[in-house]
Amino acid sequence: MLKLKNIYKTFNAGTINEKVALYDVNLTLNDGDFVTVIGGNGAGKSTLQNVISGAINPDYGTIEINNINITKLPEYKRAKFIGRVFQDPMLGTASDMWIEENLALAYKRGEKRSPLKWMIDSEKEKIFEESLSKLGLSLENRMKSKVRLLSGGQRQAITLLMATIKKPDLLMLDEHTAALDPKTANLVLTLTKEIIEEHNITTLMITHNMRDALTYGNRLIMMDQGKIIFDVSGDAKKKLTVEDLLKKFNQTKDAPSDAMILG
Amino acid sequence: MIGSLLGAIGQGFIWGVMVLGIFITYKILNVSDLTVDGSFATGGAVFAVSLLANIDTSICLLLAMIAGGLCGLITGLLHTKCKIPAILAGILTQLGLYSINLRILGDKANVSISQLSTNITFISKITNLTHTRSGMVLGIVVSIICVLILYFLLGTEFGASIRATGNNETMIRALGVNTDNIKLFGIILSNMLIGLSGAMLVQMNKYADVGMGKGAIVYGLASIVIGEVFFRRFQNFGIKLISSIFGCIVFFIIRAIVIRLGLKANDMQLISAVIVVIALAMPIFKENMAMRNIGKKNNWNNYRKNKDVDEIVEDKMTRINVTESGGGEYA
Ligand SMILES: Nc1ncnc2c1ncn2[C@@H]1O[C@H](COP(=O)(O)OP(=O)(O)OP(=O)(O)O)[C@@H](O)[C@H]1O
Ligand SMILES: [Mg+2]
Repeated sequence: MLKLKNIYKTFNAGTINEKVALYDVNLTLNDGDFVTVIGGNGAGKSTLQNVISGAINPDYGTIEINNINITKLPEYKRAKFIGRVFQDPMLGTASDMWIEENLALAYKRGEKRSPLKWMIDSEKEKIFEESLSKLGLSLENRMKSKVRLLSGGQRQAITLLMATIKKPDLLMLDEHTAALDPKTANLVLTLTKEIIEEHNITTLMITHNMRDALTYGNRLIMMDQGKIIFDVSGDAKKKLTVEDLLKKFNQTKDAPSDAMILG
Repeated sequence: MIGSLLGAIGQGFIWGVMVLGIFITYKILNVSDLTVDGSFATGGAVFAVSLLANIDTSICLLLAMIAGGLCGLITGLLHTKCKIPAILAGILTQLGLYSINLRILGDKANVSISQLSTNITFISKITNLTHTRSGMVLGIVVSIICVLILYFLLGTEFGASIRATGNNETMIRALGVNTDNIKLFGIILSNMLIGLSGAMLVQMNKYADVGMGKGAIVYGLASIVIGEVFFRRFQNFGIKLISSIFGCIVFFIIRAIVIRLGLKANDMQLISAVIVVIALAMPIFKENMAMRNIGKKNNWNNYRKNKDVDEIVEDKMTRINVTESGGGEYA
């Protein structure tokens, strides 16, 4: 359903700060794929997602979703296909608006927003209440609270709900549990899995946690220096261990330890 | 005394429409638009000359709004298409508008409309009220209409995306909203109201002046700030809109008092600048005070005094929820 062909992206080309972020990336996702993405800092994972979402334009290459070429579509027009959750819990919600208002905004993702229709009606309210109660965080009792008053974990749960309340063709998660404490991270990850499985959403999930990368999803890709260097799925992925992944990591020119030293 | 008080209230309603415009950009869209001083005068100038050209008063008001909207369009395009920072875009437009406003007024600094019939003279004729009181009636009617329209607009699906653009642009763009267009729309709408306000002031004063918008942005911000002092506890959106107009009325009452105390009307520029500075610096002062009070016994009481009651309840609920859900969220 998603097809990336020969994607290149270099930041600050021609200056001393030149940085190759993506180099000839080819990737095809099938419907219902749940892909975990790993790779050292600066490997190009976030850039890959930003290129798909349209937040960044590639230097070269084509992007197709459902056989539609979206390479030249601006970000706001691609929103129709894509739901996103970021690492920073502040990024995914409008903090001065109510929980239910945030959900109502997300409910209309990629659709026309009428200047004559009230943003929330009782019917929508019921839908929101129901989906909030599924999170199990008692947020359905606080629909008229400002999101600003919520914790990071609660916000990420809501952002996740927002990204999926209208089923996206592609869900992209960029280390969306990295800013949470281990227990909350687990909770949000479990919710993620439940939602993805319930609606069978094609997903691209970046994580630094190798165990999570192995536990979740049916496919795993590893990136290094702007390239996809490893791509396993199905049974091969199931057999993979953390040790295997670490070994792979250490073979890369840009092993995590080096990357950290080089900053 | 009553007379000047009523005059001040009337001024407050008329300028209040401009404050609503500033509220849209400054508070809702989170864009500092300084076009105001220019577009206010443009609205007034267009109104005066079209009235002199024997056009119907209500159509003249409409033309003033359109003119204001065009000023906003320029600033908006400079900001969204040319990516010039909003403040600079507004300053540039405002500067250019000074020349344009002079042209509109036929290269004169001011143009009188004292012999012509306007909405205010009409109201005065049918109600037998004085010119000042009729002006107040006009201000009240137009303010109410504007508040109602804005209240409903901002509650719609489209309006919500305007509020969201001011709150978290990245998010709402990722949800499929062309935020550049939203900003453009907001800045245009804002300046339409500002132009309308300028036109009403011309009716009130019976002349248009090229410098009539001078300091308008500071008056507007001061009004918003004063309104917030009175309505701080209210979260309702409609109340916030009303609060801006209320703040503007208080502002003009203060102005009337200041003048009565023997200061000049021009001193108001300094006074309003000081009001805005105090309001903007207040949160920092409060924070510093709070720092000093850390560990002191009555700190909890201060905390309660400084916070909205709702917020305290919300805070408590957050804590309770954490323990209830066992989610382990940190505060
Ligand atoms: N906007 C930008 N301007 C300049 N360079 C950038 C920009 N965004 C990313 N880069 C560079 O591109 C490279 C890839 O960055 P990217 O954010 O995609 O890495 P990542 O794999 O997501 O890393 P991390 O695990 O740290 O999030 C990095 O070297 C980064 O410095
Ligand atoms: Mg990243």
